[in-house]
Amino acid sequence: MPNATIIALIPLLPLAGFVLLGLFGRKVFRNSSGILATVLLLASTVLALYTAYEYFFVYGKVDSIYQKFIPLQLTWLEFYKGLSIDMGIYIDPISVMMLVVVTFVSLMVHIYSLGYMKGEERFPVYYSFLGLFTFSMLGLVLASNIFQIYIFWELVGVSSFLLIGYYYDKPSAVAACKKAFIVTRFADLGFLIGILILSFCSGTLDFQTLIQRLTVPGSSEFNTAVSYSFMGVSAITWGAALVFVGGAGKSAMFPLHIWLPDAMEGPTPVSALIHAATMVVAGVFLVTRLFPVFAITTPNTLVIVGWVGAVSAIFAAIIACTQTDIKRVLAYSTMSQIGYMMFALGVSKYGGEAGLGFTASLFHLFTHAMFKALLFLAAGAVIHYVHSNEMKDMGGLRKQLPITHITFLIACLAIAGVPPFAGFFSKEEILLAAYQNNIAIYYIALITSGLTAFYMFRLYFNIFWSKPYESHGESHHGEGGFVMMLPLVLLAIGAAAAGFIPFGEYVSSDGTPLKSNFHLQFSIAPVVLGLTGIFTAMWLYRSQNDRPAKIAASLNGFYKAAYHKFYIDEVYVFITKKILFNLIGKPAAWFDRNVVDGAVNLTGATTQAISVGIKKIQSGKVQQYAIYFLAGVIVLAALFIYVWK
Amino acid sequence: MMEPGLYHILFISAALFFIGVYGFLTRRNLITMLMSIELILNSVNLNFIAFNKYLWPGKMDGLFFVVFIIAIAAAEAAVAIAIIINLYRSHHSIDVVNDEDLKY
Repeated sequence: MPNATIIALIPLLPLAGFVLLGLFGRKVFRNSSGILATVLLLASTVLALYTAYEYFFVYGKVDSIYQKFIPLQLTWLEFYKGLSIDMGIYIDPISVMMLVVVTFVSLMVHIYSLGYMKGEERFPVYYSFLGLFTFSMLGLVLASNIFQIYIFWELVGVSSFLLIGYYYDKPSAVAACKKAFIVTRFADLGFLIGILILSFCSGTLDFQTLIQRLTVPGSSEFNTAVSYSFMGVSAITWGAALVFVGGAGKSAMFPLHIWLPDAMEGPTPVSALIHAATMVVAGVFLVTRLFPVFAITTPNTLVIVGWVGAVSAIFAAIIACTQTDIKRVLAYSTMSQIGYMMFALGVSKYGGEAGLGFTASLFHLFTHAMFKALLFLAAGAVIHYVHSNEMKDMGGLRKQLPITHITFLIACLAIAGVPPFAGFFSKEEILLAAYQNNIAIYYIALITSGLTAFYMFRLYFNIFWSKPYESHGESHHGEGGFVMMLPLVLLAIGAAAAGFIPFGEYVSSDGTPLKSNFHLQFSIAPVVLGLTGIFTAMWLYRSQNDRPAKIAASLNGFYKAAYHKFYIDEVYVFITKKILFNLIGKPAAWFDRNVVDGAVNLTGATTQAISVGIKKIQSGKVQQYAIYFLAGVIVLAALFIYVWK
Repeated sequence: MMEPGLYHILFISAALFFIGVYGFLTRRNLITMLMSIELILNSVNLNFIAFNKYLWPGKMDGLFFVVFIIAIAAAEAAVAIAIIINLYRSHHSIDVVNDEDLKY
């Protein structure tokens, strides 16, 4: 059985770091804050690895099926008997895998930030926010019920907000953090309604019970969920779709993706941790948590998930080919890869061989966390050296940054799907799952994988080749020292080798091990496309020439549209400013100013007018008052005597 | 010689009351107005005594009321005289006409 204390300590150690640094960071831990947070997280990582080892190799498997455990369940908020919000720990292959990913990447980012953020004014604050984020993310993956997920979901949202807005004296960072918070919060409204629908239908918040009740046809909860309908769609479909809206917001799926590129205003290690490896895959995680409900009860919703993922994947890949800010390229690449994970879930079914997409999605989540965190951290090293995010300020950096160069190259090969790097294996499984279930999505995915290789190598050649590096006179502190290079090397090992993990053995939709069968002839198409992308990028960007400009000119309209991110931001601005503002905001303001305020002002004005009229009665003449009083008494006496008897 | 009845006393009481009201409404001197109030109170006292004596001779309720009213009238006179002294200090007059600025 899992040890509840050890597992509970995994999220609680970063929380302790957050509390300590938040309260005493400025005074007591002024210089040691980074070390303290890193040591706490190191302990957390060790415990997570230990838990994973114990789960996968000692007690987890019973009758060759990975079991689900709830080692801890506390009643946190009881409304009345039978309805309470619990805090618990839910252990299954997915949460254990996520524990390892989150703690490992977070540890890498903690170590890296020791160098990257050195000398920052608010260094302890930065580490306390990182601790808060890590705690929330770990609480999210361990959540045993859907409301607990929601609580931690909002907590990761707020820590993401805090970290994007870390440079709060920069107006663009402030705007970006507000945008991220508002867009994801807007999506979370859907999530909340989805939770309410699902828990109303099933009568529980607990994952295991909820899934059990909603996936067995014939049970009373199942019948309720399927028979209630709104606008011709059953309640369960609404619930699942709305939960997915929340997931799509957090995972930056089209059309709720607009916050992710702007979120790059945060410090680069934060982008690596939150906006590449962990928080943005929370949407994928959420769908996998409720996967049986999606796959068995409402397969229609899963089709939506698949198409949203596929559209996001290719949409973001096209935009990524045109961006010039290296962090934005990586942001769109992240969106594209999460699209991959989403449609892999969308084409999957529940159980057995048909659940290949499910395994593939989580496998890609796992490998993507490695190579995307690596890409961001390497990009951070480049930015640290060049002091600019723009491609045009870079070029020829392979001499100056040898370790960054090699690790970045490994990550690019991994994301491009070149064997034998990690991305190859996970992408193959996704493509295979798509091929078996939805051929249209398969072709979209294939094109996307070619585009991925192209834009990643465009980035690579622009940073490290292109033209000889000209120094702009910045102070040269070298590559960033041991603390910045160690995470790069460790993650590079992960990105190179993670693909050899027989992932299907451990994680599958129903817990039974899935043999990963490897089809050589199937891999030919994606690998050839990937290599084509790489060589195209090489031809265009290896040394400076006018070919890219010519191609851009020949694609005039389309290139411009992609460069401007297909004007999605402008559409949002149009909808909010022109339509919502004019149709709802302005009338509401008019109503508020004239009717609501008018009623209040009218009351005031009436009272004032009356008081001006009657204050004459208070004349200061005492005897006049006495006459009024006497007259009143006489009138009352007359009334009592003659009228009311 | 005729024993005075209830009506005689009620007549005196009513006369006393209206003399008091008249004095209160027409006099300008605050002390005189205070004395008029005492007249009104005493007319009430007289009523209580008369009703007690002629209607419920065995009871003492009316007498107790009168004792309380006298006590309250004494307290009220003390407060009123304090007010009048203060008015005199600020307005140098105890004429009610000169105190008409005591308003909104």
